[in-house]
Parts: sequence; structure tokens; C-alpha cells
Amino acid sequence: MSTSIHVELWQVAASLVLVALAAAISFWQRADLERDILVATGRSIVQLTLVGYAIKLIFDADTIWLVLLLLAAMVLFGAITARHRAAKVPGSFGPLLIALALAGAGTLGLVVALGIFDPTPRYLVPVGGMVIGNAMTASAVALNRLGDEMADARARIEATLALGATAREAAAPTVRRSLRSGMIALVDSTKTTGLIFFPGTMVGMLLAGASPTDAVRLQLILLYTLLGSVSISALTATLLAYRHFFTPAAQLREAGA
Amino acid sequence: MREHAAVLFELREVGVDRGGRAVLDSFSASVPEGSTAVVGPSGAGKSTLLRLLNRLADPDRGEIAFRGRPLKTYEPLALRRQVALVPQLPALLDGSVESNLRYAAGLAGEELDVEATLARAGLDPSFAERDVGRLSVGEQQRAMLARALAQRPAVLLLDEPTSALDHAARDRIEAALAELRREQEVSIVLVSHDPEQARRLGDQVLEMPA
Repeated sequence: MSTSIHVELWQVAASLVLVALAAAISFWQRADLERDILVATGRSIVQLTLVGYAIKLIFDADTIWLVLLLLAAMVLFGAITARHRAAKVPGSFGPLLIALALAGAGTLGLVVALGIFDPTPRYLVPVGGMVIGNAMTASAVALNRLGDEMADARARIEATLALGATAREAAAPTVRRSLRSGMIALVDSTKTTGLIFFPGTMVGMLLAGASPTDAVRLQLILLYTLLGSVSISALTATLLAYRHFFTPAAQLREAGA
Repeated sequence: MREHAAVLFELREVGVDRGGRAVLDSFSASVPEGSTAVVGPSGAGKSTLLRLLNRLADPDRGEIAFRGRPLKTYEPLALRRQVALVPQLPALLDGSVESNLRYAAGLAGEELDVEATLARAGLDPSFAERDVGRLSVGEQQRAMLARALAQRPAVLLLDEPTSALDHAARDRIEAALAELRREQEVSIVLVSHDPEQARRLGDQVLEMPA
């Protein structure tokens, strides 16, 4: 069995039929997503192609510094992207940047320290991409929820502040729910993995001709790594961001201020 | 009623802006110990005034003193345990009434006599175990009052405590407040849009300009 497969350009082009189907459904049902689908498709082609070349460059160069540079760029763009989902959280960029950097460094550092992966570009680049990508989604969802919850729970939070509670105490239930919503998607999908869907890595390895045993083991490692990553990023983002809703005198800032 | 009651709060030329508009402008007043009712049309900044008094907000202009000392020099968290605010709409924490009282008492470092505290807010002992989600708004509001009293504050700030209630529920809150006023252990600053209520509950009435 071959361990690598070759994909022709015409095969990629043919798969665009399914994009057209998605756009057609959106148009027919007036979901108003055609433009977004077009943009998403265009961006995915450009971004993945560029990343493909970048990865090839990094693999060929075989130096850790280029890997770190790529991961840092991912953290930066991840934080910029997640910031749009966290529009109701004032000054969300800093917390997101720190959350993604910590999640990336923490989980990659651990899997290398535990000897699970070698610190080589072949492992660090794809695993780092998944770790940071999932950390971005988790922290964006958590902060999106935080923004909504802080608005909804304003009266309760202020009533708790009025008792002389600290900002942290008053925001604790809100922070807890935001953290949960950031983590729950991956926890749920980990529960049902293999039953309802085949995760990407496993699919990729099977398509590439790996043995099912190896595919499953690597998938498990990645799932657990991602659990670590999303918990670090959701926790860091919420704990840093909730403070932005309060003044140093433990007063709620005016909405939109 | 006390004669020559000591001054509790002194406000000098206080101004607060929200969204580029002054909700309070050059407002000066003296609030003595005892029971003070604040009346005025809606939009006069009554709620804003209360929030200033326990530093849930700070004024943009002017000075406020509490017992002769600038309010700004009080540590906000410690101040709020002394000057408790009960907001217009009840906002309890999930759980039982007693857990809410314990939370508040714990923050203030006060021993809690659950029954006595409930009684001061006009609630019988059976309310201790009740889940706050299953209380009527009037009962929740009395639980809010009990929660504030659990901190043994020196001052109670009440923001239209009966505005969301029917007559029966309003009378029960008023009865509890009248009793607190008689006890004279805690000063009360009560915001009301109802001049009758202000006269019933206040030793003095402070009118805010429109």
C-alpha cells in the first residue's frame, strides 16, 4: 500500500460542483450566504495554496525557527479573526492573542516534552495548525457568549457588585458559562467521534493509505491534544476578557463604552 | 424622629453624563441620617444618584462626601458593604433565599441569623429554603431587602423598591421599611416616583429637579 497519494487539479476543480450546490441552496432558500460562500471558497483556495507552499518551504528548510514563525503568524491571524466574533467584548484582541499563544505553546510543548511527537516541522506544523485553529474557535465562541451574557446579566452582576463582591466574584457565573460554551463543542464531538462522524485526521490518513490502527491512534492523540488546547484558550480568553467590562473600582462599564 | 440628625451624604455640584447627555447636572443636596425619600420625575437621575452613593458609578463632576469624608477615598467594596443598594428589579443569585443571604453575609464578614434577617424584610422563616426562581416578584424584592440587611449595612439605598409590585406586595415592603425606620439601626435613602409613598416612608423628602 502506498503511503502517499497524488491529487490532480481537475479533481479539486470537480469538487467545486458541491460549492455550487451550496450556493444554489442558499439562493433558493434566501439564506443570503451566496456571497459568503463565494468569499469562503476563494479564500480557502488562496490561503491553503499559500500555506501549502509555505509548508513545503518549511519542510525543505527543516529548521525550527521557520516553524515558530509560521505558528506565530497563525496565532496572530487567529486572534484577528476571533476578534470579530467577540465584537461585544471591549478590547478582546489582547486576551485572544494571549489565549491562542498559550494554547499553542502549552499543548505543543507538552506533546513534545512527553515524547509523543518529535519537534520537527513534519509534526509541529500540522499539529500546531489544528491546535491553534481549534483554540481560535473555542476562544471566539467563549468570548461571543461572554459578550452576550454580560449584557443579559447586567442587572444581576451589578446587584452582586452592590453587595461588595469583587468584579471576579460578580462575573463568576458568567465566566463559567462562557468557558463551558467554548469547550462544549469539542467535548461533545469527542464523545460521538467515530459514531456519527469520522474526524479529519483519521479520514486523511485512511485516504493516504495508512493502516486503520495507526489512523485511530493518531486521531486519539490529536483529539486529546485539542481538548487541552481549547480548555487553555477558552479559560485564558474569558479570564482576561471579563475584566474589560469593569473599571478598577469594580464598576460595570457602560455598554458600548 | 431625630432632631439635628448628622449628615450622611453631602453632594456638591454633582454632574453625571451618559452618552453625551447630562443625567445629573450641578446637583447639590444634603442627606441626613434617618429616612430620606428622593422624589422627582422620571429621567431626573434618581437611580443614578443612588448608584453614585455606593460607588457603582462615579460622578463626572462635583464632590460627594459620606460622613464628612470624600466618597472617592472609600474603598468601593468596603463602602458597598456599609451602604447597601437594593435595585429596582430583583436580581438574586441562583439557589435558595438562604444561600443568597449567606453569600451577602459572607462578603461582609457578618454572622447571619437567617430567621431574624428574613423577619426584618417581612418574610417568614419558611422562605429560607425556597428557591429564588419560584418566588413572586414581590417576594424576590423582599428577599433582596433581606439580602442587603444580612450585611448589617449602615445605610440602605432603595431604588423604587415597589414599582414592579401590586398593592398587596407594595404594602408588605412598606410595612417592612416602616419597621426598619422605627428601629433606627439603619439609615434609608429611598427613591420613589410616588409622592405619597415618599411622605409615608421618609423623615425628609428630597426633590430632584426635572
